[in-house]
Amino acid sequence: MSIAVATPIAIRKKPFAPQAARIGLYVFLTVSAIFFLLPLLLVAMNSLKPLEEIRQGNLLAFPVNPNFDAWVTAWKTACTGLDCNGVRPGVWNSIRITIPAVVISTLAGALNGYALAQWKSRHANLLMLLVTVGLFIPYQAMLYPTVKILSNVGLFRTYAGIVFVHVIYGLPYTTLLFRNFYVGVPDEISRAARMEGASFLRTFWSIILPISTNILVVVAILQFTGIWNDYLLGLIFAGNDNLPMTVQLTNIVNNARGAANPNVNMAAALITAIPTLVVYFLSGRYFVRGIAAGAVKG
Amino acid sequence: MTSWINRQAFRPDITVAAFFAVIALFFYGSIVWTFVMSLTRSTLVPTYEIVGFDQYVKLFTNQRWLVSCLNMVIFGLLYIVGTLAFGMLLAVLADRRIKAESLFRTIFLYPLAVSLVVTGLSWRWLLDPSNGLQALMRSIGWEAFTFDWLTRPDRALYTLVIASIWHSAGLVMVIVLAGLRGIDNDLWKAIRMEGIPLWRAYLQVIFPGMRPVIASCVVLLMSEVIRGYDLIIAMTKGGPGISTEMPAKFAVDFYFARVNLGLASAASIMMLVLSLVLLAPYFYSEFRRRT
Repeated sequence: MSIAVATPIAIRKKPFAPQAARIGLYVFLTVSAIFFLLPLLLVAMNSLKPLEEIRQGNLLAFPVNPNFDAWVTAWKTACTGLDCNGVRPGVWNSIRITIPAVVISTLAGALNGYALAQWKSRHANLLMLLVTVGLFIPYQAMLYPTVKILSNVGLFRTYAGIVFVHVIYGLPYTTLLFRNFYVGVPDEISRAARMEGASFLRTFWSIILPISTNILVVVAILQFTGIWNDYLLGLIFAGNDNLPMTVQLTNIVNNARGAANPNVNMAAALITAIPTLVVYFLSGRYFVRGIAAGAVKG
Repeated sequence: MTSWINRQAFRPDITVAAFFAVIALFFYGSIVWTFVMSLTRSTLVPTYEIVGFDQYVKLFTNQRWLVSCLNMVIFGLLYIVGTLAFGMLLAVLADRRIKAESLFRTIFLYPLAVSLVVTGLSWRWLLDPSNGLQALMRSIGWEAFTFDWLTRPDRALYTLVIASIWHSAGLVMVIVLAGLRGIDNDLWKAIRMEGIPLWRAYLQVIFPGMRPVIASCVVLLMSEVIRGYDLIIAMTKGGPGISTEMPAKFAVDFYFARVNLGLASAASIMMLVLSLVLLAPYFYSEFRRRT
């Protein structure tokens, strides 16, 4: 799984299908596109409807009087339980959890990845195996001991605790992506720095990091998507004051008052989805490259 | 700080050691710890008196666990086969020199950026018989249209399959498409000269040649199946009844809601064993290839 998937020159095959087959092809692609768009379209449409309109019609009818009232309610006053402060606290928690967790896990992954690429030892393969298997360990087999460890140092259900868990659980993945990138970087660069007497950390910081912009962006995007969208770790490790948006969203929807306000629920769902969607649409190329490179992610 | 950094020798092994310590403690150490817990009678409070494999016996006589496992197998098979078939088909079509390819690709892949929580909720709303798809079909005159799988214990599992295929088909498409783009043009020329029909070319020549790519897709999807938690919580909460329970949810429920640490640990260890057994052939071939 090398990261340097130089986009191969698209091989243009002559379409040797007859006209009818071409039409069938586009019909199938269009139907598929509708299938993919439908769920989010439904959510978007209904978040713009007043409650009356949803009650009278069905969810797939287009809004007659679209407005953002449900969005305002979702943002400011929707109830997640006893609190009725809307999704604002959840969004804010997700932001302040995600940003440091992404930055730290990405940089730590880069450092580890570079160290692993530079580490010439006969045990290197064994360590790589341990890291790769680490990607596929179900969280459930690590959760309870992590809870215990964090409790012992007073970090369980704290802000620092949830950031820490995201960093640790993300490390094998980010490390592996960077390691695969750095084994492809010519060793002369490191050797030259070493000859000059530069330390490992100095070489990493001043020489290696600046040439890693692309992979840094790729890994940061994947980590952002993964951490923003996380539910399980936030539920267990964040604590009531730091619950991320995903957890707050289920609380809003499953709330007794929530059941009566589908339009507000849908606005809240969309608010939850928007940040990662924006990143996806803005960074399409990097996102795709990251997926192809990180095809071993668990 | 700077001068301290500069005084150090070139020692990647220190960083490697620190990294190894983290992996050893939080990953492999935790597994050992969880395994030890699974050998005890711990319920709310952990005890470390080893009683052997009692919890595993309890686990495999627990109706809910057995249903969870069966659900996972059915869900997993349908999801993996469905996602592979759909994703590969989309990749092949996207590779047929179509117009607006990047638009289609963007649409097919975007679900991957959407959390499984939002995915589950959206599909729950869409498939809600009282005002979702079924209501729409009836309102436009198709009175007999019925799609109430979400609320039927014998069908709800399939709605999870649909939602997860929606979420992952684009992933398979992207990976397979990258593989297809890497295929040598000469191979295509040979296929055309031989006059092999397209569908046979893909099934008998192209895809067999892409076995490693497809294998890594399968590995990815399998690990999704074993970990599947968020989607169930958002979409069915394991219901109706226990018809959509799965092992990942079983373990979390017994850890945190029902506080039966021993049983939850046994369930977690079984999930881990299953992951390793399923992934072993892949790791074996990957590492043999590399070394």
